[in-house]
Amino acid sequence: MNNFTEVVLRKTKVKVHPYIPNSAPEVKQAMLKEIGIKKVDELYNEIPSKIRFKGKLNIPDGIESEFALKRHVETILAKNTSCVDNLSFLGGGVANHYVPVICDEVNSRAEFLTAYAGEPYEDHGRFQSLWEFQSLMAELLDVEVVSVPTFDGAQAASSSIGMIRRYTGRDEILISDTTSPDRLAVIQNYCHPMIKITMVKHNVKTGMMDIEDLKQKMTKNVAGIYFENPSYLGFIETEGKEISKIVHKNGGKVIVYADPISLGVLTPPSNYGADITCGEIQPLGLHINYGGATGGYIGVNDDPKLVQEYPWRLFGIDKTEVEGEWGFGDVLYDDRTSFGNRETGKDYVGTASALWGITAGVYLALMGPEGMKEVGTVIMQRSQYAAKKISGIKGIKAPAIDSPFFKEFIVDFNKTGKTVSQINKALEKKGIFGGKDLSKEFKELGQSALFCITEENTKEDIDRLVSELKNIIK
Amino acid sequence: MSADIKSKLRKFHQAKWDEQLIFELDTPGERGIIVGGVEDEIEKQIGNGFANLPTGMKRKKSPALPEVGQMRVLKHYLRLSQHTLGADLNVDIGQGTCTVKYSPKINETIARNHKATKLHPWQDESQVQGALEILYKLNEYLSELSGLDHFTIQPPSGSAAIFTMASIVQKYHEVRGEADQRDEIITTIFSHPSDYSAVALKGYKVTMLYHDPKTGVPSAEALRAAISERTAAIFITNPEDTGIYNPEIPEFTKIAHEAGALCCYDQANANGLLGITRAKEAGFDMCFFNLHKTFSTPHGCGGPATGAMGVTKALKEFLPAPYVEKKKGTYTLNYNLKHSIGKVRSFYGVFPVALKAYSWLRSLGAEGIREASEVAVLNNNYLLTHIKKIKGAEAPYAKGKHRIEQVRYSWEKLFKETGVNTEDVTLRMCDFGFHLWSSHHPFIIPQPFTIEPTESYSKAELDEYLNALRHIAKEAYDKPDFVKKAPYNSVVHRINHDSFDDPKKWAITWRLYKKKHLNQN
Repeated sequence: MNNFTEVVLRKTKVKVHPYIPNSAPEVKQAMLKEIGIKKVDELYNEIPSKIRFKGKLNIPDGIESEFALKRHVETILAKNTSCVDNLSFLGGGVANHYVPVICDEVNSRAEFLTAYAGEPYEDHGRFQSLWEFQSLMAELLDVEVVSVPTFDGAQAASSSIGMIRRYTGRDEILISDTTSPDRLAVIQNYCHPMIKITMVKHNVKTGMMDIEDLKQKMTKNVAGIYFENPSYLGFIETEGKEISKIVHKNGGKVIVYADPISLGVLTPPSNYGADITCGEIQPLGLHINYGGATGGYIGVNDDPKLVQEYPWRLFGIDKTEVEGEWGFGDVLYDDRTSFGNRETGKDYVGTASALWGITAGVYLALMGPEGMKEVGTVIMQRSQYAAKKISGIKGIKAPAIDSPFFKEFIVDFNKTGKTVSQINKALEKKGIFGGKDLSKEFKELGQSALFCITEENTKEDIDRLVSELKNIIK
Repeated sequence: MSADIKSKLRKFHQAKWDEQLIFELDTPGERGIIVGGVEDEIEKQIGNGFANLPTGMKRKKSPALPEVGQMRVLKHYLRLSQHTLGADLNVDIGQGTCTVKYSPKINETIARNHKATKLHPWQDESQVQGALEILYKLNEYLSELSGLDHFTIQPPSGSAAIFTMASIVQKYHEVRGEADQRDEIITTIFSHPSDYSAVALKGYKVTMLYHDPKTGVPSAEALRAAISERTAAIFITNPEDTGIYNPEIPEFTKIAHEAGALCCYDQANANGLLGITRAKEAGFDMCFFNLHKTFSTPHGCGGPATGAMGVTKALKEFLPAPYVEKKKGTYTLNYNLKHSIGKVRSFYGVFPVALKAYSWLRSLGAEGIREASEVAVLNNNYLLTHIKKIKGAEAPYAKGKHRIEQVRYSWEKLFKETGVNTEDVTLRMCDFGFHLWSSHHPFIIPQPFTIEPTESYSKAELDEYLNALRHIAKEAYDKPDFVKKAPYNSVVHRINHDSFDDPKKWAITWRLYKKKHLNQN
């Protein structure tokens, strides 16, 4: 063969994509022959020709080489500045907690990464690891029942509201007005138009729920209350028992949204009257991923009538026909879940966050009771140290609300004469992401920001923040 | 296994560790990881941190989590992973409707970059231009693939996308003052349960169209009979899970629009149609794609996922906020959508899933995407040709016609003649290292099994799967009792179901198991 032929052959040779093996011409021909057709296009003959797409898709040509693809995407990602590049004090829903390497090791296993909906036989490990997530969370929450994870904390909150609505038969819910605006927006769309939302005020000095306002609004038409503890604004609600008493007296139910990483040291909501404890599992072994790695948890005690209201799958453990084997399966699948019966199913469910639920289970197994105590304590100490040092800067008040807090607190910049936006821009020049700007979400706080301190923020980090803030303010 | 794949079957046995529960590994004093204390100076200034906390809020009793050393935790979960049959390890064509294609490993590597994993959603837009560029371009490509105009990746799953579409339908009619009048939605009996339940959550009465027993699809006449001025929208999946394409779809959308209803396209079954036909030309106002199915991102045992949802220009103002835009070369998040439904998920969406989908699309390009669809359909019809020949198996409806990317078959004949049912066959398939799935509720097709090959598996692998099906079907006729006691080579044997529906016995957690079955508290 001469050079010219080689070139022609090279140019006309069909390129088979590595992801599409039966694109190889000989195999394709053999398959067409066995089907009894000449061209693949014949397989589409049921589609009316007037709606057949003609021409070329306006999408770039494929990047054939794996090296070039990697280079292409990484070049785009390089335009980001991450919380590894900069020191971050951002929270407000997700936070930079430490991710043990064993968590990443387990959730990058090919089996867990690529399994889906097999039976509790060949997917026994999937069922067991999610049942263990349920069980480990139950111990952390001090409850008896936990479902597989939902999409995120906001969906857990929404599903919980749906549960108590159906349980009580009442179509109104009370929600604390210090709830995260991002979560509230999800809850509002979920509730519209079937469930009425009434907001309950808070005491502006302490942040605690306004008990008189609650008493007024908690009528026999109301399914119950939803509040967050710690609050989105960081302070710890200490009136849980009183709130539960008022709500229960009127036949309502109590939903508390709790940060799971606080529960090694803070009293679990079930201990002060919460009928449902829900929240976000991101702090338990998940990287923040631009807010794209989340999972919601929902925990209750074993009241069959309340368990009946769960939309999400509940895995149960049982024996098999062989002595000593553990087997798993779905509890109350048939009429309760929409998968089991679309017409009687509660709410709706879909593919949510199983891989993250498995990860959270691994996290809790690694941490154990001592680890959860340690991380909660360290976060309390570090965040209080940060508030104390920041407060030492003239013109700044931290925390702005004078109550105990966990992990996050409001920093009041009103007396500095500078906006949060200006301060954060200046901090960014020094390689620091300052706290979340609260001035638009909670207008009464003025120029205030929500600072988040986790176990990853060392004394050095905090001192550096304080030093930079001092320079910016003066 | 020998090289003669036509006659031999894989002598598979799944890993079987007889592994305990994590709670059974509890050994007091063992530590899995140490968090580490604070610096001396902080300890000095702050103390233990609990001085100002009311005693009622300090946890008294430690959570009863097991205490397990690090290596043992790792070992435990690695064993559980071996007890899980992931797509990477088997010819995963038996999970029909799930579109279990190859999840390219390069995308996993890319997604572990700290400039993806360590971005905080509240960072200023100027700091995340790379992330916004990925989302913007992904939305553009999805627009091109569907013909619709504006996309969002905010819905975290296909079902959530259905709920998002239902929310937009509701708001659309509300704005026009017709929300009270339009309280009905029409879908089909073959559609996903969420096309009923997610829609019902918005207060709609749902009518389900039934199919013609010969064609397997509902007729335009059936829709005409069901639709009225009370209809808010139609929710259609095409092809349905049967794999049959409804050629009357342009009439469906015309009828719906004439009645003032919106047309919502559930495109969970898009894998055979990319570059072939689009939502726009079929007449739809909204559609969604499952990025964790059609667009290759890994299924993760059941998530994370994304239902990327698109709308026509006219519906842009209803989209969940924020919407990713490009202004003067800079990417930005637009929260000012006039009639936005608000939000369906926290923050912006499942970013790592969007990132992997973007990378997959760039790898294939325009030609590759179309080739993927064509080969998925080729693979499916190859299987159909051979499965139809298996004694005991049938492909109901649309006799003699080709299917798109999957087929719902029936073992009804096998069941009637041998007593072996679809669950028995599924459990026997485990013995060869395969999944086989039946159908969503309700079982319209009796003894159903649904197979969707996608474009990822070689012909030789499809033949291996067919061999197992043929072998088991033959076993059903020769020794049905043997099949009915399967699996033999899996992780466990037949599971006892007594406790799962009994409130006195169900053990959803270890705590409940101890309470109800071991008399421990």
